[in-house]
Amino acid sequence: MNIGWYLVVSVLIFCIGTAGVLIRPNPMVILLCLELMLNAGNLALVAFSRMWGGDDGQVFALIVMVVAACEVTVGLGLIVALYRRQLPVDVDELNELRG
Amino acid sequence: MSAVIFFIAAIGALAGAFGVVMLRNPFYCVLALVCHLISLAALFLLLRAQFVAAAQVVVYAGAVMVLYLFVVAYIGEADEPLHRPGGALRVLSPLFGLAIAIELCIAVLGTALKGINSKGAPFAPAFGTPKQIGQAFLTQYLLPFELASLLLLVAAIGAVVLARRRRGLDDGGLDERLHARLRPAFTGTMAESGGIAAGHIHEAQEVTIELPDRVGASSGSEPGDSAKEGGW
Repeated sequence: MNIGWYLVVSVLIFCIGTAGVLIRPNPMVILLCLELMLNAGNLALVAFSRMWGGDDGQVFALIVMVVAACEVTVGLGLIVALYRRQLPVDVDELNELRG
Repeated sequence: MSAVIFFIAAIGALAGAFGVVMLRNPFYCVLALVCHLISLAALFLLLRAQFVAAAQVVVYAGAVMVLYLFVVAYIGEADEPLHRPGGALRVLSPLFGLAIAIELCIAVLGTALKGINSKGAPFAPAFGTPKQIGQAFLTQYLLPFELASLLLLVAAIGAVVLARRRRGLDDGGLDERLHARLRPAFTGTMAESGGIAAGHIHEAQEVTIELPDRVGASSGSEPGDSAKEGGW
């Protein structure tokens, strides 16, 4: 398959993730949609790495995976802390920082 | 053959992504994401990124998703409304996603990169193997590698600080039970560090039969005091 097909799949996954972040009110599902967007970036990185024949894209795909794991741990820690304080786990209700 | 596998994996990945956005139960959302990640690993294999595909399955679909499942099971949320009630975002966000999709497709496919319409660089035998990736990590990309490990450390400490049990946040049921248990002094337990006096433990040690009334009366004042000053 041509590289362009992989890029189109990556674009579609990224856009589904973007729409999910905007639609869903649950912060845990928002984290899942962020994972979708990061994975779309990973697919594009690996596809470009295949296109150029160099390893650099794959190296940075691994780095992106590390960053995603960190984001997941901190985000899930926040959600557990919200739940412990018996606050609503809903991004529309958590508007104290609006100023 | 590779075209067939590509379309199966691409459809799996897109269906998994749709499932994450469209399913109501967060538990099924996580399972849809697992399906998406495994399909994506197949796409990585088609792009000859063997090590990235293996890491994707083991780290992402294995470890990270199990973490998600634990938190979903802990919070135990039932089905939820898919959209925000009556928001303009309900109509606008799919349109926004569609607009971004069209724009990015034009941007990606309209570039002057000649390689986009090819099948990629000519075959190199060591491309994407763990040896090659490891060499790149430890020579050319040593600084990002070390920074990534530092980031992992910071995230692990941050998650522990965020999710630890604070005094005063709970109703005290678990603390009461921890304090009421008899145990020898200086065993290094959390209850010991949480404010039970050593004298009380010594008293309790002499009484070998468990007497919850007496121990609860002798140490009952301290968790109550510390529960007031706890907070976020």
